[in-house]
Amino acid sequence: MTITLTHYLVLSATLFSLGLYGALSKRNAVTILMCLELMFNAVNIAFVALTRVVAPQLLTGQVFALFVITVAAAEVAVGLAIVLAIYRQRRTIDATEVDLLKW
Amino acid sequence: MNTSEPAVVAAFYVLSAITLGGAAGVVFGRNMFHAALFLVASFFGLAGIYVLLQADFLAAVQVLIYAGAVSILVVFAIMLTRQVERGNEWNQLRVPGLLLGLLLLIGLLAVFTQTQWAAGTGPYPTDTVQVLARQLFGPWVLPFEVASVLLLAALVGAIIIAREE
Repeated sequence: MTITLTHYLVLSATLFSLGLYGALSKRNAVTILMCLELMFNAVNIAFVALTRVVAPQLLTGQVFALFVITVAAAEVAVGLAIVLAIYRQRRTIDATEVDLLKW
Repeated sequence: MNTSEPAVVAAFYVLSAITLGGAAGVVFGRNMFHAALFLVASFFGLAGIYVLLQADFLAAVQVLIYAGAVSILVVFAIMLTRQVERGNEWNQLRVPGLLLGLLLLIGLLAVFTQTQWAAGTGPYPTDTVQVLARQLFGPWVLPFEVASVLLLAALVGAIIIAREE
């Protein structure tokens, strides 16, 4: 049995799809943010695995993964602050009930 | 990259199981706090995957930022919003979401298993930190500085949004 690039990419695809499913079909805004983090992580696996094969000397994928981690940290900080602000105003973080802008 | 060493193969499957099991716990768990703990397990499994890929610096960053900082933030948010029990319910998009996720998974698997990736030249560096530093402060120095401004803006923004009136 051999572990190839495809193994890592399949892991990445499975994790991303699982995260997408959770992000689309959960009510709790904190869970939606957690599923977003799973999707970011899935993308990072693909970056790091691909850079081993495509650009092993430049490590471009790892640089990208570092930027993804940075942006994800900023996103989760602002996102959770928004969730807290919504909870303080409306006493709920059910994403289906926060529908002021829904047409 | 291609390795058939039994220890590496076993480690890959164990770490994949931890990662995907943790992710499944986040998506399918009913208790919010348990979901956060599963998320931490998933992050640690991913750090192990990075070690298998010989991305040692990224593995350290993964443990520090995701398993450390992000999970603490998530636990704080769960604590402050007090919707732990039965707080993790499905919305009306459960079936369409599952269909869309499966569709995406099938598409991605088809692409990933059929593409022939162009192999790069040269050996993988033994010291990734040095290469990453040369990359970050060489060709990627502008995005690097913009990222620091982004972090500052996110920090200030998060404080202003979450502050009590």
